[in-house]
Amino acid sequence: MIPPPTPQAVEHRGRPAAPGVAAGPLVRLDRTVARRKASNDPRKECEDLRAAVAAAIAEICELAGKVGGDGADILEFQIAMLEDDVLIAPALDRISAGSDAVSAWTAALAAQIADYEATEDDYFRARSADLRDIGDRIVRHLAGEAEAATPEGAVLAGEDVTPSRFLSVDWSKGGGLALRAGSPSSHVAMLARSRGVPMVVALGAIDLDGHATVIVDGDAGLVVLSPGEREWAAFRTARATSEARGAREAEAAMKPAKTADGVAVSVMINVADPDELDRLDPAISDGVGLVRSEFLFHGPAGLPDEEAQYRAYRRILEWAAPKPVVIRTLDAGGDKPIDGLTIDGESNPFLGTRGIRLSLAKPEIFKVQIRAILRAAVHGNAKVMLPMVTVPDEIDAAAALFDEAMHDLIEAGAACRMPPLGIMVEVPAVAVAPALFARAAFFSIGSNDLTQYVTASARDIAAVAALNDPAHPAVMSLIANVVRVGREIGRDVSLCGDMGGDPAHLPALVAAGLRTVSVAPPLVGRAKLAIAAIGAAP
Amino acid sequence: MSTPNASGNVLLTHAVGLHARPSVKLTKLAKTFGASIDIAPGPDGPWIDAKSIVRVMGAKVPQGAYLHFRAVGQDAAAAVAALIGLVERDFDDTPADAASG
Repeated sequence: MIPPPTPQAVEHRGRPAAPGVAAGPLVRLDRTVARRKASNDPRKECEDLRAAVAAAIAEICELAGKVGGDGADILEFQIAMLEDDVLIAPALDRISAGSDAVSAWTAALAAQIADYEATEDDYFRARSADLRDIGDRIVRHLAGEAEAATPEGAVLAGEDVTPSRFLSVDWSKGGGLALRAGSPSSHVAMLARSRGVPMVVALGAIDLDGHATVIVDGDAGLVVLSPGEREWAAFRTARATSEARGAREAEAAMKPAKTADGVAVSVMINVADPDELDRLDPAISDGVGLVRSEFLFHGPAGLPDEEAQYRAYRRILEWAAPKPVVIRTLDAGGDKPIDGLTIDGESNPFLGTRGIRLSLAKPEIFKVQIRAILRAAVHGNAKVMLPMVTVPDEIDAAAALFDEAMHDLIEAGAACRMPPLGIMVEVPAVAVAPALFARAAFFSIGSNDLTQYVTASARDIAAVAALNDPAHPAVMSLIANVVRVGREIGRDVSLCGDMGGDPAHLPALVAAGLRTVSVAPPLVGRAKLAIAAIGAAP
Repeated sequence: MSTPNASGNVLLTHAVGLHARPSVKLTKLAKTFGASIDIAPGPDGPWIDAKSIVRVMGAKVPQGAYLHFRAVGQDAAAAVAALIGLVERDFDDTPADAASG
């Protein structure tokens, strides 16, 4: 491609939402300001609105036939909404009251959109994007505008993108997304990741005027408008690197991890929401090294009941079976408050009632989780670990609750199984003296909290973030200590913090004797490659 | 609605609540019956038309709620039974396609 001479290149940083790099012509996503001449005849306005709805339904049906899979589901929902007269009725009322079709439709839909946006539930709030999408499409039809064709390899840039707009583009020819707003957890971000479309969100109020070409770096969260010679050179390098790395990582992810000198290392995955597993091949991991059960406790319905928890754990266990799944009991408190559960107003929540301390303080809530785990455990290879353990008594207290729940379930004739009970090693007191905790069936090092407690620095406080270094010799020496003692007393040791997926730290961890790490799913390939490089001749 | 010919309730256990895909399935099934069918997130309502996707989604029923059904008409009993069955079967969702729920 030939770099345009003007204007000057501008770089903007946002949040990476889908990996990879792309460059292409800038296509603005700004809402079309459709112009339509009102007829002043309410009957004609109603007819036009109904015709626009019918045309939109036909258009979305055709699109749904092309895209298939998860994209088609979103479109099927939009079709069902448009087919429901309840959606259109308020607009028809407004037309009867003297409004024109576009104003009536826009106002009626705005009320629906506002209703969804006012919801606390992320999922329902995100449906406002579907409604906007539907709304825009109808307005386009009323104005008689055809959908603007997107040139091949274009980068769509603007405020946010609707699912149907995303799905209307043929991404096989490249292209990307650069959004001022948006979120990595949006429907579109999910689609972009599964289709390999580089995407950067949360760019803020960037000015797109006067720019014709864009580079999107979805790995770095970087967007370059009107790139110059220097930026194109950097893009070519980044693209080559990204493609080569993506291919190598995807290949490596499917194989067992082994260092160059032949040491096998288990790579497991951390899971928060069972939905994450739908797009993952169980073959990429040696199991689930950490289930962040607190994900279940953030729903709008309040604390999850036993059935909801049972289903979630069971789904993860069945996905991974026969490989192990380590369910961490509720780790609330600290930076993870939960309404109605964690204790408000503690002077220092990180040193307060969090993790197992909270669970033992609220046994009625803990026992619901325990029962769900015991019942789900019959469906796979379950293990349980307790977070924030500080003294061995906490293991005994938790084990007593597990025994009690097991007894009750057997009494009631419920299928259940007692999984091994291990602990997180994240409080320095445990890392310094792990032998005191031999009551635990295994140790899993939580390197994020361990680092924060050992260095007395939080990584979300910018002024001290540099001190929060997992490579600090004190942290590494404690990790080595846990691994050594674990080996002596016959307890498996794994690590489930961020450093386990970081190529910069893996050599030291493996050198310390660690043989199991658990990482975020997209990091599996990267971690396995880093492991394969360990011990190779320089 | 006059005195219902049939009613019932069921625990909504779908992993994400009464979301887009389950709502589409529920309203589609409801429309196959002649009876008029209402649905509510609690025993005291608010009752909404089970055949309207706009109303059903608009109710924003979270997971863990009890869905209450009531129906009037010839096939009221069959309708309530079928809808409860659908919820109990978790909307026939396979884990592989629950993500876009």
